[in-house]
Amino acid sequence: MSDTSQLTADAAVPGAGRRPVPRIQVGRYRDLSLLPVIFVLGVIGFIVSPAFLTSDNLIGVLQQTSELSLLVLGEAMILICGRMDLSLESTIGVAPVVAMWLVMPSSGSATYHGIGLLPGWMSIPACLVVGLLIGGFNGFMILKLRVNGFIATLGMLTMLRGLQDGISQGKSIVEVPASFSYLGKASWIGAPAAVWICLVLFALGGLALGYLRHGRALYAIGGNTEAARAAGIRVDRITWIVLALGSLLAAFAGVLYVGHYGAVSSTQGDGWIFQVFAATVIGGVSLNGGRGTLFGALTGVIALQLVVNVTTLGGVPPLWDKFLYGAIIIVALIISRFASGEKQD
Amino acid sequence: MTNGTNDTKGTAPPPAVHAEGIVKRFGPTLALDRVGITVEAGDSHALVGRNGAGKSTLVSVLTGLHVPDAGQVSFQGAPAPAAGDTAAWQSKVACVYQKSMVVPDLTVAENLFLGRLGSGRIRWSALRERARDLLAEYGVDVDPAARAGDLTVEQGQFVEIARALSFGARFIILDEPTAQLDAAGIERLFGKLRELQRQGVAFLFISHHLQEVYDLCSTVTVYRDARHVLTAPVADLGKAELVAAMTGEDAGPQAAGWHAGAAAGTGDAEPVLHAEGLALDGVYDPIDFAVRPGEVVGLAGATASGNTALGETLVGLRKATAGRTLVGGRAVRPGSVPHALNAGIGYVPEDRHRQGLVLGRSVAENATLSVTDQLGPYGTVLPSRTRTFAERMIASLDIKTSGPAQPVSDLSGGNQQKVVIARALAREPRVLVAIRPTAGVDVKSKDSLLSVVRGVAERGDAAVIVSDELDDLRVCDRVIALFHGRVIAEFGSGWSDRDLVSAMEGLPSGGGKGAEE
Repeated sequence: MSDTSQLTADAAVPGAGRRPVPRIQVGRYRDLSLLPVIFVLGVIGFIVSPAFLTSDNLIGVLQQTSELSLLVLGEAMILICGRMDLSLESTIGVAPVVAMWLVMPSSGSATYHGIGLLPGWMSIPACLVVGLLIGGFNGFMILKLRVNGFIATLGMLTMLRGLQDGISQGKSIVEVPASFSYLGKASWIGAPAAVWICLVLFALGGLALGYLRHGRALYAIGGNTEAARAAGIRVDRITWIVLALGSLLAAFAGVLYVGHYGAVSSTQGDGWIFQVFAATVIGGVSLNGGRGTLFGALTGVIALQLVVNVTTLGGVPPLWDKFLYGAIIIVALIISRFASGEKQD
Repeated sequence: MTNGTNDTKGTAPPPAVHAEGIVKRFGPTLALDRVGITVEAGDSHALVGRNGAGKSTLVSVLTGLHVPDAGQVSFQGAPAPAAGDTAAWQSKVACVYQKSMVVPDLTVAENLFLGRLGSGRIRWSALRERARDLLAEYGVDVDPAARAGDLTVEQGQFVEIARALSFGARFIILDEPTAQLDAAGIERLFGKLRELQRQGVAFLFISHHLQEVYDLCSTVTVYRDARHVLTAPVADLGKAELVAAMTGEDAGPQAAGWHAGAAAGTGDAEPVLHAEGLALDGVYDPIDFAVRPGEVVGLAGATASGNTALGETLVGLRKATAGRTLVGGRAVRPGSVPHALNAGIGYVPEDRHRQGLVLGRSVAENATLSVTDQLGPYGTVLPSRTRTFAERMIASLDIKTSGPAQPVSDLSGGNQQKVVIARALAREPRVLVAIRPTAGVDVKSKDSLLSVVRGVAERGDAAVIVSDELDDLRVCDRVIALFHGRVIAEFGSGWSDRDLVSAMEGLPSGGGKGAEE
């Protein structure tokens, strides 16, 4: 049995040293491919404006990144397990609005009147539960009714946006319970709490995908659903949990957003899904599922936000922002296509 | 390295294809090392070799998909067209693959004339008329207005062959054309091929199924490790010699030829696996059988016999409509793979690309996919344990890979199948259910895969092999033959090929119960 394997299988002999290491480094390298881009952006920013390399500016960028990055975190996990959720950008708006509607008193001096069903401290739990329910309903449509996930969540995107407009009467809600806005505006150890929370969530997510059996299962499900099912992985259950988790993260991003800006804006999250997809894809997550890391996705969001910051500091009028977003996505895609040598279809 | 064919020049028509000195490298790998092949006009030529011998690369070179680094290819005496001139290549050669390459949502007529529908408006009736004429010319009985996706595999292949011939090609490569066909379909395909041969069409036939080489072909070429080993008339080459040429060893006739001894299956031991009145409406009728420790039971049957569905029911991929499965006397929850796994049923799926492997992921991940709960505490999966586990599997199954981190898509077919088996064995199942475990792997891997299955029984557990391959069924102690969803015959270990094949074709040799359907 061993004679024939001598030519090729020596690396496989247990204890034969550290042969697999070069391959692992190649894998890591792919993950880090956006770091040079971020570095170059930093250099450009430094050249363009002395204000770039100040802690105020950089912390500001990170704070603006935090809400978007939670959506990216959820979408990256959903994409890795081979699904897609467009409704995240509406969840970030509708979940806080529903929570406000439940906790705000039905009469009084506030400009917005809810039904006052729950006490004020219940606002964050209520918001998160709404997120879970939305994700659960997405999962129900996709996994039980077997409708097309793209169209189903596209419908949800529009429907939830409409629900938000209906409940909030199309207005921003400026009075929110103090507990609700705390996380978004507090500052811990010199940086906004939201930034720390996002870092912790990304770290937890990365560890789960790397070291938990259910996390590893996402790659198997996204890579080949049939094979995962035949290997005894509870494909539907795990996919459902991931969809619910994605919407939960979006609802939580809504909490941070409201705290950050001090109000539930009526256009909260509007149009974000394009940036979410852009960040995940330039961060190396495959739209076909089964490939990508959360670290890559995180570098994707940061790179995207730095571009905006650098151009703003460079005096480019904000009306050109959309053009730049589109251009950066296309350039990043072309670069990563040739850097990784893999087709993205 | 002698081709011994050039003496035909001048008198006989030039060979349909002649290639010599072909070298092709992919990075550091030498895929073809100065190989040659000559297929005479109207000949049916087999190309055999183990996985990795260079057959697929040669096909790519002969069909113009790859440009060889050295060497020449000529068709009917004229040099091969320039690389990239697709139309010119299509008029010389076509390849019919294992998987159908037709566009499923278009009609047969559209598929036949795809890419040459002409300019301007499509005249549907004229198109269908042309398609009908074309199909009739080659005696293919398919409705040109049918949706291509509704055709059977065999009809799809006929359409592809007709399409190739309509481009003017007189040389067709068939890459594993019989893998998805049942015996009757194979017979019809071969009949059609012989007919076309008489019209002067030459075939290069690639198959792992050596019997088919003997049935169809007149010449055989063997490649091994990217080199040409021999070319000889099939009639002059015994099976043992052919296998020896492929493996490079003086193996005795059929290394896997051990018919399972009668010793196995110790009479009245408690059965490991017991099916009680198991049935799936419209697919197979209630069936009872038991598999005892140390026993390998074969479930034989052709494509539509229901044996695959029965295997999938046992492992929990399908939910039986009646009856139940017991492992070690305890009922297994129906229709749940995790429960079947925990009850001790290991599963080797039918199609490794569809159900067996996550191709983009590593060997280690694939091999440990069903045991992730054993690789660390509290639901964690520790990379070090995963690697150790995978290394153990790689060593014990002799999987040829550069290491556990190699993507499984880089392995050859036989080694990929070993990874699938590793995954099934990882949980140390009490009964292993393997569906066509050796489909599309070479002779030598076949032997080692089957001996792994046999080894499960020898250590006191049990195995079920669901297959229509005689070589797979030969390692079984008992074979239950299914036909159209019901048991048609049962054999001990001493069956003859003819009896089993005729049973799978619905003709029980002895009794004749329920044969006509």
